[in-house]
Amino acid sequence: MPSANPLRWWRDFLALPNERPAKTVGVALLVALVCSLLVSVTAVLLEPIRNLNRLEDRASRMLGMLEFLGGRTPEARAVDLATGAYADRDPGTRTALPADADVAGLGSREDVAAVFEVRDDQGRLELVVLPVRGAGYQSTLEGYLALEADLNTVAALTFYSQNETPGVGARIEEDTWQSLWRGKKVADEDGAILIAVVKGGASGVHEVDGISGATKTGDGVTRLLRFWLGPDGYGPYLERLGEEARR
Amino acid sequence: MSARNRLWVDPILVTNPVTLHVLGICSALAVTTSLDSAVVMSGALIFVLSLSNASISLIRRHVPDPIRLIVQITIIASLVIVVDQLLQALLFGMSRRLSVFVGLIVSNCIVLGRAEGFAIKNPPGASLLDGLGNGLGYALILVIVGAVRELLGAGTLMGVDVLPLDSDGGWFTPLELFGLPPSAFFLLGVLVWIVRTLRPEQAEAVTESPGTEATR
Repeated sequence: MPSANPLRWWRDFLALPNERPAKTVGVALLVALVCSLLVSVTAVLLEPIRNLNRLEDRASRMLGMLEFLGGRTPEARAVDLATGAYADRDPGTRTALPADADVAGLGSREDVAAVFEVRDDQGRLELVVLPVRGAGYQSTLEGYLALEADLNTVAALTFYSQNETPGVGARIEEDTWQSLWRGKKVADEDGAILIAVVKGGASGVHEVDGISGATKTGDGVTRLLRFWLGPDGYGPYLERLGEEARR
Repeated sequence: MSARNRLWVDPILVTNPVTLHVLGICSALAVTTSLDSAVVMSGALIFVLSLSNASISLIRRHVPDPIRLIVQITIIASLVIVVDQLLQALLFGMSRRLSVFVGLIVSNCIVLGRAEGFAIKNPPGASLLDGLGNGLGYALILVIVGAVRELLGAGTLMGVDVLPLDSDGGWFTPLELFGLPPSAFFLLGVLVWIVRTLRPEQAEAVTESPGTEATR
């Protein structure tokens, strides 16, 4: 019988022959308990540092992109995605996306998003940087799309977070691939969004060659661009910027 | 040399897990494009291997046989998660470059091989030394392959220019082959060849040493 003294009880437990089911279950439980404690304590203790690293990495990628584009300081603006107007506060709410509109596989999107505008001394728009994200092959791709003042020419596209297959889809993070985007046009004269990643033999101003072996990642990039540039993404905002420029 | 010292010195040179047992070569191919990633990967493996050997040895008398492997893998996997988290926190850029290969230490058969082959029947002190020695043996091979690949593939060592590149007006044209995984195979092959020429008794593919059943 187990004794009341915990130390005694522990000794009795260790003295059990290994063949006894109680010992098997007990050892399994104890090992699982100790291991899960070890893992969760490490995860919780290190989480703030890991989050900071991710934020810094993200910020440095955007700064790198802006430096590459000319080095003006961007201004962060909050935008109400539904109307395209600037928002003065973020209610933190999200809107569920119906399946047919959810081309980027997001499920829902935030109602207020942060964008970055670069303006010259007269206040004319030079560059707008839009955070974009969407489902890739096996992970969510997160990045920044920078558009030039005409709001139709891609200045740069960069991804700062993804977990695609190393050496294949993960190569969307490489500069050589990201540099292919510079100067590509988003839409034709009628405003139809045509920009796409294609499988080999990209031609024209709307197409970028995909990475061989990473068809699904490339499709994910196409879809996330189409979503964020479309009516459920930054469409209304970009339209408003365009009208503002024409005035 | 004392028997205790042999425990950790032998696996580095004589019974090296990579050249003798041809274990752990999967990651040896993936992370050796540059010397610094090879060094960090080696450090991660030494950490996991030493601690998993020591802790498995610590509880070896109380592990029921039917759940032996599960217990070992649980301990190894937990240590791998810990080292992965540490890298993400302390060496963020490096952990991005090593991507999944730190997590794949779980399936590095050196770790389970030493747990099954040594730690489960030897005391914790000896098991710790055995883990350390085998980790260092793996590290030695990774560092050699990583150094050769980075030097010939990019003309640098630890990111520092060593050979002047022709693109910068020097004489050295980087050999693209050394940036690709097969070159690690060739280098490993050459290393195994050298070791087995110097020690012909290792030339037999089957050894009495445990751990050879594991693959990959």
